[in-house]
Amino acid sequence: MRRSTLGAGLVGLAVFVTAWKVIVIVSGFPAYILPPPEAVGASLVQAWLDGTIEPHAAATLVEIGLGFSVGAGLAVVVGYALGRSALIARLISPYIVAAQATPILALAPVLALWFGPGLLGKVVISALIVFFPVAVSTMVGIRSVDAGLLELGRSLRASRRQVLLTLEIPAALPSIFGGLRIGVTIAVVGAIVGEWAGAQYGLGVLVNLARGSLFDTSLMFATLATIAAIGVALYLIVVLVERRLVRWR
Amino acid sequence: MTVAARSGHIEARDLTVRFRRRDAAATTALSGFHLDVRPGEIVSVIGPNGCGKSTMLRVLAGLIAPSVGMALLDGQPIHGPDARVGLVFQEPRLLPWRTVARNIAYPVELAGLPEAERETRVKELLHRVGLADAADLRPGQLSGGMRQRAALARTLALQPEVLLLDEPFSALDAMTRERFNVELLKLWERLGTTIILVTHSIAEAIFLGDRVVVLSSRPGHVVADIRVEVPRPRTLDRLDEAAVSATAREIRAHLEANEP
Repeated sequence: MRRSTLGAGLVGLAVFVTAWKVIVIVSGFPAYILPPPEAVGASLVQAWLDGTIEPHAAATLVEIGLGFSVGAGLAVVVGYALGRSALIARLISPYIVAAQATPILALAPVLALWFGPGLLGKVVISALIVFFPVAVSTMVGIRSVDAGLLELGRSLRASRRQVLLTLEIPAALPSIFGGLRIGVTIAVVGAIVGEWAGAQYGLGVLVNLARGSLFDTSLMFATLATIAAIGVALYLIVVLVERRLVRWR
Repeated sequence: MTVAARSGHIEARDLTVRFRRRDAAATTALSGFHLDVRPGEIVSVIGPNGCGKSTMLRVLAGLIAPSVGMALLDGQPIHGPDARVGLVFQEPRLLPWRTVARNIAYPVELAGLPEAERETRVKELLHRVGLADAADLRPGQLSGGMRQRAALARTLALQPEVLLLDEPFSALDAMTRERFNVELLKLWERLGTTIILVTHSIAEAIFLGDRVVVLSSRPGHVVADIRVEVPRPRTLDRLDEAAVSATAREIRAHLEANEP
């Protein structure tokens, strides 16, 4: 990352924290409604140091990682089929859209019932929510492959595999990465929602614990900050990979 | 005149191409089209818009199967794309994510040539079309003329015996276009490939061609086959000769007689 980008990020953070502090002072909300930033910061450091957050963060990261990989992986394959075959698109896209239109919060208990309260359930929920944007962006990407380039491939007697590897995938890559950017952030949502439907560990669990039995609003905010930071970090990783692979744009 | 590569004899016999569209009645792009191009000959094909010139090239390139008739390369029927026939499209159609060098290498890469062989060919072609300094640029960083040079080099990478050019210079400005014509002739003098050039420009057709074939409006068939009596090697100042304007007049007369 360039120096100026980093500088801008720090300035933005400073503005955010200052505004937060001002709101706390002006509004006079008690700390159990809106804790001041320094309390949340202290709680964040404390909870990481004493190992309160770590096992939960680790559990959530595993769920996100698996959910994103499985969901995005399947979505690229299905999205390719959707993009290449109008028949397949007509047959299965209604179900894909229906699955996406059904709120994940309503689906989560059902999926938890089917796949159990363990890791599998969370991975399924996260993968399901990741699937849609990645599948659609892959489909759009594959459909956008220049017909002229495909004809060029044909005139050069490119095999099916060569067309896929040298024309379709490179051409669709920018679009696929658009889907992956969205996918990786909502993979976080999927994991947390899955944890809410029943789990022993996970940042979603910790939010509930902090709000309920522990009644520690600062810890709750610290957990939320951790979730947000994970989302931002994963997003940046996707952007970095994209920059390496899609240099020509 | 040319290297004695005596293959590259391409023929179209009684070609008819009908397109069936789901929403409309079938259209006939070509009807009873004949063409016989000797090895090493340059034939310019000229005709009104939509007369089936591009369709004709696609049949010869093996991309479209004719409804009637057949296309032959060195006496053998053409049943699909063939490495001995190279097609240069109207647009450069470069892969935007590849550098110029890797675009030129693309056909030989698909054909599975060994890496070392690939590199020597690409290097030679880059020099031949004057893109040696642009080898590592991407198409987005090139001018229109450079892109078309790269596309030509890419087609030459498979060392075709027949070069099919589909209005390859139509997007270039007049000056660049003239220079390209001269360069193309120089290239041809060295390679001796058979060339079929589809063009809209009468001057270009005459300057490059041994013969100029005039097509009717759709469905296209040959209405005139005119020998260009301008000796080679040709230079741009030759374009002012009387033979050129006489040929141009003749071509124009045929084109006008066939206006729909």
